[in-house]
Amino acid sequence: MDNKVITTWGKIKDSEIYFSFIKSPTAIVSSILLAIIFFCSFFVEFLTPYNPFDPSSLSLMDAFTPPSWTSEGQIEFLLGTDGQGRDMLSTILYGSRISLIVGFSAILFSLILGVTLGLTAGFFGGKYEMIVMRLTDVQLTVPSILMALLVDGIARGIISRELHDEMAIYVLIFAIGISEWPQFARVSRAATLVEKNKDYVSASTIIGVSNLAIMFKHILPNIMRPILVIGTIGLALAIIAEATLSFLGVGVPPTTPSLGTLIRLGNDFLFSGEWWITFFPAIFLVILAFSINLLGDWMRDTLNPKLKK
Amino acid sequence: MKYRYFTKILLAFLIAFAPTQTFAKTIKWSMQGDSLTLDPHAQNEGPTTQVSRQVYEALVTRGLDMKIGPQLATEWRTQGPNTWIFKLREDVKFSDGTPFTSEDVVFSILRAKQRTSDFKEYISTVSGVKAVNDYTVEITTSKPNPILLNQLSNIFIMSKKWSEKNFAVMAQNWDAGQETFSATNAMGTGPFKITLREPNTKTVFKRNKKWWGSMKDEKVTEIHLLPIKNAATRVAALLSGEIDVVTDAPVQDLARIKNSPAHKVESTAQMRTIFLGMDQGADKLRTGNTGDNPFKKKAVRQALYQAIDIEAIKKKVMRGLSEPAGIITFPGVNGYTEDLDKRLPYDVNAAKKLLADAGYPNGFEVELRCPNDRYVNDEAICTAVVGMLGKIGVKVSLFAQTKSKHFKELKDNQGDFYMLGWGVPTLDSHYVFHYLYESGASWNRVNFSNSEVDAAIRVMEGEVNLDKRNAAIANAWKIVKDDISYLPLHHQVISWAAKSDVNVPIRPNNEPLFRFASFD
Repeated sequence: MDNKVITTWGKIKDSEIYFSFIKSPTAIVSSILLAIIFFCSFFVEFLTPYNPFDPSSLSLMDAFTPPSWTSEGQIEFLLGTDGQGRDMLSTILYGSRISLIVGFSAILFSLILGVTLGLTAGFFGGKYEMIVMRLTDVQLTVPSILMALLVDGIARGIISRELHDEMAIYVLIFAIGISEWPQFARVSRAATLVEKNKDYVSASTIIGVSNLAIMFKHILPNIMRPILVIGTIGLALAIIAEATLSFLGVGVPPTTPSLGTLIRLGNDFLFSGEWWITFFPAIFLVILAFSINLLGDWMRDTLNPKLKK
Repeated sequence: MKYRYFTKILLAFLIAFAPTQTFAKTIKWSMQGDSLTLDPHAQNEGPTTQVSRQVYEALVTRGLDMKIGPQLATEWRTQGPNTWIFKLREDVKFSDGTPFTSEDVVFSILRAKQRTSDFKEYISTVSGVKAVNDYTVEITTSKPNPILLNQLSNIFIMSKKWSEKNFAVMAQNWDAGQETFSATNAMGTGPFKITLREPNTKTVFKRNKKWWGSMKDEKVTEIHLLPIKNAATRVAALLSGEIDVVTDAPVQDLARIKNSPAHKVESTAQMRTIFLGMDQGADKLRTGNTGDNPFKKKAVRQALYQAIDIEAIKKKVMRGLSEPAGIITFPGVNGYTEDLDKRLPYDVNAAKKLLADAGYPNGFEVELRCPNDRYVNDEAICTAVVGMLGKIGVKVSLFAQTKSKHFKELKDNQGDFYMLGWGVPTLDSHYVFHYLYESGASWNRVNFSNSEVDAAIRVMEGEVNLDKRNAAIANAWKIVKDDISYLPLHHQVISWAAKSDVNVPIRPNNEPLFRFASFD
């Protein structure tokens, strides 16, 4: 017993998080689904023979092929093709990569911005705190999708048309990121207010650790749990926000479609019976957002001590 | 007590509105785009004319059968080769009550000839117009003009008094973005007047009670034009009953609409050819990467032509509802022959070879400009073309935008490679040459210039001997077809969808005439 080597894996296995994970079927199923989606999206080049982003590789005669299990379907197009002859499955996977990149980057952007502002506001207090918190109040009165539309509209006005298609993805990340930061700012401020009166903070102050080090080395790790929880749920929201913006036509261009763009393009064919063009991207988006949300729920239950039974 | 008042009020409402409810009926009309301006001389563009046609009238007009007939003029005769005398209808009043006289005709024709008018080329041969008396007008042409009546059928007559009062004596300079009273208001002698105008949202036409003619169905009292850009939304609005008639039903949804027992679909070959233009005038492409202009070489243009699989576009994008075209004009137009309309074969290998021989073995880059709310599946056609040209190494980036911007920027000479459609309201080839091929013409954005063609156009304008004139037309077509100055795509087929009990006769120029509309 004494001479047992404690490996990292052993540490993980002994932790309560691992215990609650293997006890929760929803967490296991959703993380398996997410793992598959992540893997397929990021290694799609090796998984499919098609590159839907290269217009010269497409053949218009393949357009509107129904899914392979229907009578007119072809086995080389598993989920059928869209109006340009793009294979739906590979287009969805390429598209979900864009959705995931935008979602992750946007949430990372708002996390860094929100936590920095919230942490400093909670730590320093005073007028600075008031200004930051009133800013979040103001922004929370504006629906985040409206905020993102506003940012996108302004960016379109500033950026020249030639650059716009290349910049579209960054504009989207910025637009979604800037509309989500108040959540992070509020949560991290509230948590900082609790932490900063604890003894380890006072002790650090007494021995002369700099404010910056106290905030980011000592307080930050202790407030990470709630931030991770809203970050996970925020990720699902960011992916849906990206889909919404692209559906409205202000997101990424149709030549490099994300899930939302695909749903929008397929929308034109809803009445004509080509249901698969809009159905599969939509169902894929639902599965993606749903798994992330379930995982986020599980994380909230596990990481929040107050919810423990 | 309260309850009794309520019943009384209800009854009052019933009595007040019941008769109008059963009698007056509104037709809600939708298409993907809106009229660009209400000024009848500012823009020579399909939907713009479609809207103006309900409000304004011309001296002569095409009826449901597309034949020229009298409208504001009752009879006309020629006096010598260059002079035409028009007798005007005497019982006509503008919708504001002022009587219509020859002064208005003189004013309107001169207005359409001004520099800011988009119809100046239309009637460029008209050299003089004068009022002989209140109801007689004399029009002189610079040379004998066999197609004057065709041309006049699209010159709308405005009120001189109204225009002077509202500072609209000059045609609106649409290309320069000018805003005028006449661009947002319309007042003519036609069967309808516009009572509400919200561009791209809603336009309300009410019956003009002072109109001289008679409606086919008196129940038609109001027309609402509600443009809906998105095809699926437009169809949904039609199927849910929110819209009564759609004059550009999306080809992919026709089967679905036909399945609905409460709706009907009509299709007809439209008088419009869709094509791509390539600027051959510029020394360097604005969006290119080779530092020169590949379109100057005929081999390059031919390569692009042969790389386009028009049958695939017909089958997949147009769902069979298009006729592949070899020239920019369609059956029924004087000068059209089936032989001319034959296309070069689709041949990717030949195209690659042509491109390599011309000095572009690795292709080049260029931007394709497209409207996304003007022609049937315009953006989808362009997307398909991008893919097809990619196969021969020409890297095309697509720039699709709304038609008002597309047309404005084209006229500003900003396009290297663009999509355009051309209808021929005069049903004579001259119209095509005069706008698309003549040196310096306003829509000649490929900057094509050929002295032989220019000379042939002069013959078309002045030659009364029909055989000689037709020979000139045939010769001109041969020159421009051999030169491949444009890439013709197809003749459009249009489909109108409507509720089963709403009859708006379909016309090959896609112009509804609501005075002929009726309810079952």
